[in-house]
Amino acid sequence: MRIPILKLHDYLLISVQVELDDQTALQFQEDVLEKIHQEGSRGVVIDLTSVEMIDSFIAKVLGDVVDMSNLMGAKVVLTGIQPAVAITLIDMGIVLDEVPTALDLEQGLERLQLELEG
Amino acid sequence: MQVQTHVDIHSEWGIVAARQAGRKLAREIGFGSVDQARITTAISELARNIYLYANKGQIQIEEVTSSGKRGVKIIAVDEGPGIKDLRRVMEDGFTTSGGLGAGLPGVKRLMDDFNIDSELDAGTSITAIKWLR
Repeated sequence: MRIPILKLHDYLLISVQVELDDQTALQFQEDVLEKIHQEGSRGVVIDLTSVEMIDSFIAKVLGDVVDMSNLMGAKVVLTGIQPAVAITLIDMGIVLDEVPTALDLEQGLERLQLELEG
Repeated sequence: MQVQTHVDIHSEWGIVAARQAGRKLAREIGFGSVDQARITTAISELARNIYLYANKGQIQIEEVTSSGKRGVKIIAVDEGPGIKDLRRVMEDGFTTSGGLGAGLPGVKRLMDDFNIDSELDAGTSITAIKWLR
């Protein structure tokens, strides 16, 4: 299963709409980096509005995507994390340190713009 | 009527199947979205532990009732290497996998009751219950 990655000007937009199994998550990680490289994207928004569960593995994959993209020179913002997901992550003691987040896609794009201009 | 589901864990797909079964039962019992996420995540962590450390095992998910309370019970069983130091494995931050899982303390915090039995070279059995409030 592949998660579609859309290009919008200098940005990549991704809305995760599927239940993430390990393989899909790892494939996604690779696809995002490939696409950044291919398109020369400066920013990425990953929208998690439809994601109902993030376990430690998926959290690690997402955190790694942010770090890896930063290494390449692109900023990533995670948006739309559901209340239940936020509560569960903190319950488990998983902290997505220094990962930029925003409430929704719109604010995510604004945040990216600020980060890239600032 | 007690519902019981068994999911064999011998690949990454078993992890997905187990958490889907858990979410379905949690929803049927009447858990809200936050507890559904807690239960599903706990199942995912336990199933991944089986896959990582024992290669194969089983997740059992069932409805439980006790003095008028309803809940969901998860039993994770494997015949893997067992856990050498049960006390250390329950410490936050202890890992043998390089931090791939949040570990058992995380699962314990997600659930209400948590019990672990393990015997070296024989296997591990973990039982966790979430009660409906």
